[in-house]
Amino acid sequence: MAFLEVKNIDVYYGDVQVIFDLSLHVEEGEVVSIIGGNGAGKSTLLKTISGLLHPSRGEVSFEGNAIQAASPDKIVEYGIVQVPEGRRLFTLMTVKDNLVVGGYNSRASQHVDKMIDEVYTLFPRLSERESQLAMTLSGGEQQMVAIGRGIMARPKLLMLDEPSLGLAPLLIKNIFETVRKIADQGTTVLLVEQDVKHSLSLSDRGYVLEHGRVAMEGTAKTLLDDPHIKTAYLGL
Amino acid sequence: MNYIIEGLINGILMGSIYGLTALGLTIIFGVLKVINFAHGSLLMVGMYVAYWAVSLSGLHPYLTLVVVVPVMYLFGYYLQDIVIKPIFKAEREVREPITVIIVTTGVWYILDNLTLLVFGPQYRSIQDNPLRGKMLEFGEMLISVPKLWGFFAAIITAGSVYWFLQKTRTGRAIRATSLDRDAASLMGIKQYRVYNIAFGIGTATAGIAGVTLVPFYNVFPTVGVLFDIKGFIIVVLGGLGSIGGAILGGIIIGLIESVGPQFMAATWTEAIVYGLFLLVLFVKPSGLFGVRYDW
Ligand SMILES: Nc1ncnc2c1ncn2[C@@H]1O[C@H](COP(=O)(O)OP(=O)(O)O)[C@@H](O)[C@H]1O
Ligand SMILES: [Mg+2]
Repeated sequence: MAFLEVKNIDVYYGDVQVIFDLSLHVEEGEVVSIIGGNGAGKSTLLKTISGLLHPSRGEVSFEGNAIQAASPDKIVEYGIVQVPEGRRLFTLMTVKDNLVVGGYNSRASQHVDKMIDEVYTLFPRLSERESQLAMTLSGGEQQMVAIGRGIMARPKLLMLDEPSLGLAPLLIKNIFETVRKIADQGTTVLLVEQDVKHSLSLSDRGYVLEHGRVAMEGTAKTLLDDPHIKTAYLGL
Repeated sequence: MNYIIEGLINGILMGSIYGLTALGLTIIFGVLKVINFAHGSLLMVGMYVAYWAVSLSGLHPYLTLVVVVPVMYLFGYYLQDIVIKPIFKAEREVREPITVIIVTTGVWYILDNLTLLVFGPQYRSIQDNPLRGKMLEFGEMLISVPKLWGFFAAIITAGSVYWFLQKTRTGRAIRATSLDRDAASLMGIKQYRVYNIAFGIGTATAGIAGVTLVPFYNVFPTVGVLFDIKGFIIVVLGGLGSIGGAILGGIIIGLIESVGPQFMAATWTEAIVYGLFLLVLFVKPSGLFGVRYDW
């Protein structure tokens, strides 16, 4: 049985269907990328796995538990944690409070101090800024807080929605290195990206999403070598 | 000169009590993003609970806080949990759900009319309580003792709520939810429980306001309406969601009401209040002391 299994889901916003009969799976310890253009349904898929949206058909299961009807807080308790698109920090709270709130689930709440140290080791910059309001940080620092907040939750499966969005090239490299580090420490990662080259090169496998459907799937290497991907996503 | 000072002091005292009556409105709005039209009724219920607690026990009005605060907290908590939450869930997609506002209006009507049914229309006031009619004299100046108590109650309540939100685990969860409810639930925060707690706290502060009012104010089923409109004005002046802003907004209204009549006909002071309200809406809709963002 797969670690995370998404089976034949349909997802709607009101009357508008955005995801069509989509299936995918993630195994424990893997890094899996989901790539696809704007509006392909990547964020919708992550929101559905996180419980912010519920599929009208199909199943989502995690470590054998059906979670497609569960609330977001319950899903966090199971160990799936999402770093949402656009960072979504608590702007008027301090960096430290943002991180502390990241640990508000029963698996993490005993370990908050230890986890904060870990986050500060990963992002020394944040420890200098811990008492600043999150809204006063630069874009790159905000993304560090967003990822740090995800780590605080001690995820079994960490989902990141376009962590490189809006960052300068140097910072992008930094963020991807960090994601790789997190994976190397044993966390399973589901990474949504438009930066196809970077994300596939640190992943084991990938899915290509087009118009709410899986258009292609395979190992990261086969996808990187695929002619369709080369022309459509890598601009080669 | 003396009466100007006396007017200023009484304005600040009464104004801070106004601020206290509006505190719950701003707390509930800050978290749920809903104007609670039942807020005046919650204040009315708080006044009745305080009235009966004082009348039946014969205790000092402020001692009844021990009963009023938990009773009102639970009342607000379960009112949100049982009556309002289901509507919220049905309108999950909407940031400022209008049907929730309609439901709070329904709660207002039901509470006011139930009270009328059970306790009748008569005005009630506590006859022998140690604060009633007490005045402090400073030379020629008279300061109302129950309002002075109310002032301290308002400052302590606002300070405690602020401290709670800043420094406690639950307080941080409430602030996070008020800033971004979806992001908060992605952290594992139980969104609807936070709403219940915020509604409970807001209702408890209405209860405290009730306790400060009963020593010098009549209790009757529609008493909340008098404070409702003032509450909305105060909360807009101070900045929706701002705790300090509610108290300061209240004090501004109190000062206009108490100092104004020494210079003009009393009806003009009301015009000034509404004028200021409109001016703030036009010029700085986030309120005089609010941040452009939510909390
Ligand atoms: N809240 C919403 N309400 C209605 N439609 C939405 C909403 N969010 C996204 N959509 C639509 O769903 C489709 C997929 O969006 P999204 O999942 O955000 O794509 P991606 O993350 O791949 O860019 C788009 O056509 C978008 O317009
Ligand atoms: Mg997206």
